[in-house]
Amino acid sequence: MNAPAAAHDLRQLPETLLSIPGMHCAGCISKIENGLALTPGIAAARVNFTAKRVTVTHLPELAVPQLVEAVGRLGFEAQPVLDPATFETGAESRTLLKALAVAGFASMNIMLLSVSVWSGAEGGTRDLFHWLSAMIALPTIAYSGRPFFRSAWKALSNRHTNMDVPISIGVILTAALSLFETIVHGPHAYFDGAVMLIFFLLGGRYLDSVMRDRAREGVAALLKHTAPGALVLDEAGRSGWVDAKELQRGMVMLVAAGERLAADGVIIKGVSNFDMSLLTGESVPVSLGIESTVHAGTLNLDAPIEVRVTETGAGTAIADIARMMEQAGQSKSRYVRVADRAARLYAPAVHTLAALSFAGWMIAGVGWHEALLIAVAVLIITCPCALGLAVPAAQIVAAGALMKKGILVKDGSALERLAEVDRALFDKTGTLTLGRPEPTNVDRLGASDAAIALGLARASRHPLSQALRRTLERREVEAAVLEGVAEQPGFGITAHWQGAQVSLGRPAQLEAEMSALAVELKVGDRAQLLTFEDALRPDAADVVTQLSALGLESGIISGDRASAVAPVARALGLTAQTGMQPQDKLDAIDRLSTAGAKVLMVGDGLNDGPALAAGYASLAPASASDAGQNVADAVFLGDSLKPVVIAIRVARATQRIVRQNFVIAIAYNAIAVPMAIAGMVTPLIAALSMSGSSLIVVANALRLKGAAR
Amino acid sequence: MTGIAILIPIALGLGLLGLAAFFWSLRSGQFEDLDGAAMRILIDEESPEGDA
Repeated sequence: MNAPAAAHDLRQLPETLLSIPGMHCAGCISKIENGLALTPGIAAARVNFTAKRVTVTHLPELAVPQLVEAVGRLGFEAQPVLDPATFETGAESRTLLKALAVAGFASMNIMLLSVSVWSGAEGGTRDLFHWLSAMIALPTIAYSGRPFFRSAWKALSNRHTNMDVPISIGVILTAALSLFETIVHGPHAYFDGAVMLIFFLLGGRYLDSVMRDRAREGVAALLKHTAPGALVLDEAGRSGWVDAKELQRGMVMLVAAGERLAADGVIIKGVSNFDMSLLTGESVPVSLGIESTVHAGTLNLDAPIEVRVTETGAGTAIADIARMMEQAGQSKSRYVRVADRAARLYAPAVHTLAALSFAGWMIAGVGWHEALLIAVAVLIITCPCALGLAVPAAQIVAAGALMKKGILVKDGSALERLAEVDRALFDKTGTLTLGRPEPTNVDRLGASDAAIALGLARASRHPLSQALRRTLERREVEAAVLEGVAEQPGFGITAHWQGAQVSLGRPAQLEAEMSALAVELKVGDRAQLLTFEDALRPDAADVVTQLSALGLESGIISGDRASAVAPVARALGLTAQTGMQPQDKLDAIDRLSTAGAKVLMVGDGLNDGPALAAGYASLAPASASDAGQNVADAVFLGDSLKPVVIAIRVARATQRIVRQNFVIAIAYNAIAVPMAIAGMVTPLIAALSMSGSSLIVVANALRLKGAAR
Repeated sequence: MTGIAILIPIALGLGLLGLAAFFWSLRSGQFEDLDGAAMRILIDEESPEGDA
């Protein structure tokens, strides 16, 4: 134990959630937990392996960056989870699971009693068993049936119908009639059927909800910190931290190198390079000086600047895009899920059928009691047990298979829409390309030069230095020992190595366009040029070919300059639209949608946000901006673009299975319903057919397990 | 009949016990980290104080 933490009451220490996507084995768990526990200031760490995150209990003095660093020292990359409250996603699943457990308990016990009745219990014993069943079933229906009753009521009060309406009516009528049967000592009570129905349907509901939770947690875990505020300079020249919400026009923000701007503004002091990729999608840093306008979300790369705030909060360019996204997303919410579309046809059919059989048997003169019994049998037999499981069972198996491949699908509707797309549009920077510069000619560096380059690159946060550092570290280069390392804003890093002046910085003479993606390594008088490029994702070309094999025509819509997009378009053989503002991208998609195309948008930047929201379906890489990840239907991890193809293929396979499941459910009804109408269905037959059809549907869905291979 | 009078309450009681146990384990967070639980059994406890 460490002494400082022991002095505090453990319960009063703050807890911080960190997401660690990289853990994958038992060794990682113990390494993280034991390693963090030995870090001064950290009292305890508990890993949740399923969610790939760790809860750290620590002293209040430790801030998030230090915790991330502590995890970093253990060899893992950690990301702070923005708001722990967003992780309380399991509430709905948990309610459903409890209802499921109660229904499971009840259906097993009622079944126990029913089996004795079916095998010939009579008279007092049968009555006793019916009464016992009623005593178990009625509270269970009241408790476990709530999710259905609530949803059905909501649908009815909005004057439309969904799957839950026939379910609720069926269950309530069945329970009421069975209770009546029990009171009048009748031979048939359907308590077992009613409770089993709830049990199976809750199973489907639970699967659906678990799938949504899992994806939501996965995406939330990827959310990164954006600028939560800024250091503001007051008249007296003192600086203080102001939250982004409280920034006001006219304030002067001090923005250090490596910080993101928290508001729009005009530079009043300093010159620096800016990474505007969040807004424009352009990968090349832009150099801006006094009087230039800068936007919130822009990353200040290499020199401290002072910015006079011109727009904050809802007035910033980012907020404009967010509004556009919200509007574009509304079309998506109009999509009707397959199960609900089926319910629209199904519910009226079932109710008509039940009403008709009641009327028919009344006319036949069997009396209202017998006729009602048959009508209820029709209702319970047609109750969409298999239908209720058909969609969620298939989708959760598919989503599980996709998750193993690093594709997080947000919900079932996303899978349904993905299956239908027939046109694909790609953003360039960060989507077709990796979105980060990669050095192209480090192989030419000698051993000592590489060591010096690594030593210099480690001292800077400039993206080119970072890229160089990553590449050299991957090659296991040992950094040279340097003295007097200094970063010179606007130029680069200088230092001394064995008495010689060394530097890594902006090339002395080169045309403006090139200079941003090249650095010069100087050792004494010897200079070498290191060039970088934003490389294509390794299998981009392959993916485009496979997409066209799947019947999807691809295209590029990019906010970047035509000259930057052209090589990519040429390499992939795609048509490209360039220099597009977020609104232009949105318009392009709207035009295609009006023409009847179902557009799959693949993009990452904030500037793609509206387009991602407007696309019929959308995918974003995990490197995407928060906004992009939030609106996309699925997020994929890793450098490969393959997941786009895999996601579509699996989505289509899922739709196939769902359709098969519907056929199975309908075939079952085609056999069972005439029997029910004919009055031949006893509680035994109802129970058998219901569980039989459900099992078949689930078994069919399990075939999707290997679909992502 | 007397057999039934004893056996049915026992059966229901056992079932309820199982249900209660499930609720308890759900509340105490035993279903929070299913994969982790499977992994933890492989960890050799090195720290002698066995903290955390």
